[in-house]
Amino acid sequence: MKIVVCVKQVPDSWSERKLQPDFRLDRDSAERVINDLDTYAVEAALQLVEQHGGETIALSMGPQSAEEAIRKSLQMGIDAGVLVSDDALAGSDAVATARVLAAAIAHLGADLVLMGIESTDAKMSVVPAMVSEFLRWPMLTLAQQLTVDGSVATIERQTATGHDVVEAPLPAVVSVVEKFNEPRYPSFKGITSAKKKSVDVLDLAALGIAPETVGAAGSPTTVVSATAAAARSVGVVVDEDATTVAQLVDFLAERRLV
Amino acid sequence: MTNILVFAERVDGVLAKITLEMLTLARQHGSPFVVLVGAGAANDVDAVAEYGADVVVVDDAVRTHPVTTDVDLLEQIVAAYSPSLVLIASTTQGKELAGRLAVRIGSGVVTDAVAVNSDLSIVQPIFGGAMTVTTKVNGVAIATIRPSSVAAEPQPGAGSVTEMSAPPASQPVATITARVAGQRSTRPDLAAADVVVSGGRGVGSADSFALVEQLADLLGGAVGASRAATDAGWYPHRFQVGQTGTTVSPQLYIALGISGAIQHRAGMQTAKTVVVINKDRTAPIFDLADFAIVGDVATVVPALIAEIERRRA
Repeated sequence: MKIVVCVKQVPDSWSERKLQPDFRLDRDSAERVINDLDTYAVEAALQLVEQHGGETIALSMGPQSAEEAIRKSLQMGIDAGVLVSDDALAGSDAVATARVLAAAIAHLGADLVLMGIESTDAKMSVVPAMVSEFLRWPMLTLAQQLTVDGSVATIERQTATGHDVVEAPLPAVVSVVEKFNEPRYPSFKGITSAKKKSVDVLDLAALGIAPETVGAAGSPTTVVSATAAAARSVGVVVDEDATTVAQLVDFLAERRLV
Repeated sequence: MTNILVFAERVDGVLAKITLEMLTLARQHGSPFVVLVGAGAANDVDAVAEYGADVVVVDDAVRTHPVTTDVDLLEQIVAAYSPSLVLIASTTQGKELAGRLAVRIGSGVVTDAVAVNSDLSIVQPIFGGAMTVTTKVNGVAIATIRPSSVAAEPQPGAGSVTEMSAPPASQPVATITARVAGQRSTRPDLAAADVVVSGGRGVGSADSFALVEQLADLLGGAVGASRAATDAGWYPHRFQVGQTGTTVSPQLYIALGISGAIQHRAGMQTAKTVVVINKDRTAPIFDLADFAIVGDVATVVPALIAEIERRRA
């Protein structure tokens, strides 16, 4: 089985993130890390090949620095990495990004594509759906459990009241939720052997993508303004004593919240 | 007049409030028409007509292929009605539908939108509400709308019904083979609740989450938890509020024993009113509080519950 796992490099969501004056993400505003939610997909890929055998590739699109996110997944145990990087990709929105990822997946060939449910920076959670639409492959999203039997993948997907069992023929795109597994920490051996693993860098020409269909020019959405949220006015802070709870209920009653 | 497509959100066969909110939003910019799908869809025609739907497209076939059948149907409807704007609920399935539809019809999508401007540019909070961005979409604008962004107001529409069905799938699709019903929660859905009561490390233990639940139930709210509390196994992960969990925007958010790491604040800082109860005065959550009590959850919350009950009696 050949599995491609998509990983993204994002600014650390535990720190304050900013936009540049052109409304693009300020990649230097915070430490760059692998998207936390993608590590669950990496773990799922590793467990699948442990059961069934096969090969795993970590795929990312981004500037050269995104290789670090790929390296992190190689340390966890992914076999090889592919980074799609090209100056013409700057300013790509979700559609343009999905176009590139789908082209790269078609180029590499895969039985299964695994992704996290969203990136913690853009937080749109549309890319798995868009990639499967570009590929015209079935999608199994929000998997909390995944099994592969021959040429069929089956997931459990949480619903409002329980869960659905959903299956699809391979090749398919699967997104996994956080409770899917517990991503492993890279072992010392993993960190050492990752240094010897290859990360191929592909540009648009290698994938046969016309530059005008990606980047800012090929993106159907354009951010036209961005404003910082107004700071919240300072609220009332009281120390716990006999009357504070009554004050709180008065406050809630005044705002018709109780 | 501009046609605006509203894809009705129905959860387990029940029309969700966000549908009426989207209709109210759509009426500001044009003539809304509603697409109602799934078993029993025809039952909801009157409800959407009350909120301004002039045309209601009904496809009451049971959905066994998640999302893709709706993409096939909407592709057909977009071609027939040429809407300038498509509104879909910002739920997990809604975003997938929006994403696939955007690729299918060669357009773009904005998720988690809270407003639409007169030029149909779309307003969305990002970085958990720390910033607001406005985005223009080239082509048919597709926006997923966050629940509780707009107050639903009735205004009668013609409600004339057109039946339509999705064409057969043109590509391999996923199929639902079993639906396992769990216990239906009596509490409102976390993402859409008007009141959310969340517990963090300061709650102290899994058992003490009963206090969080008790206060939530008293206020008719949903229960949430910080990542510290879910990681500790005190409350299930699906109730996590924050960057990597659910984003909430309720009228009232009560944070019990939550320190307010940026991770958590990103999931709740657009709440209209924030109440904080925490014994650590240096916790960053106090910066967001409209009313805060520096005190122990274990003593303040029971007193709060008693006081609310006393006044209601």
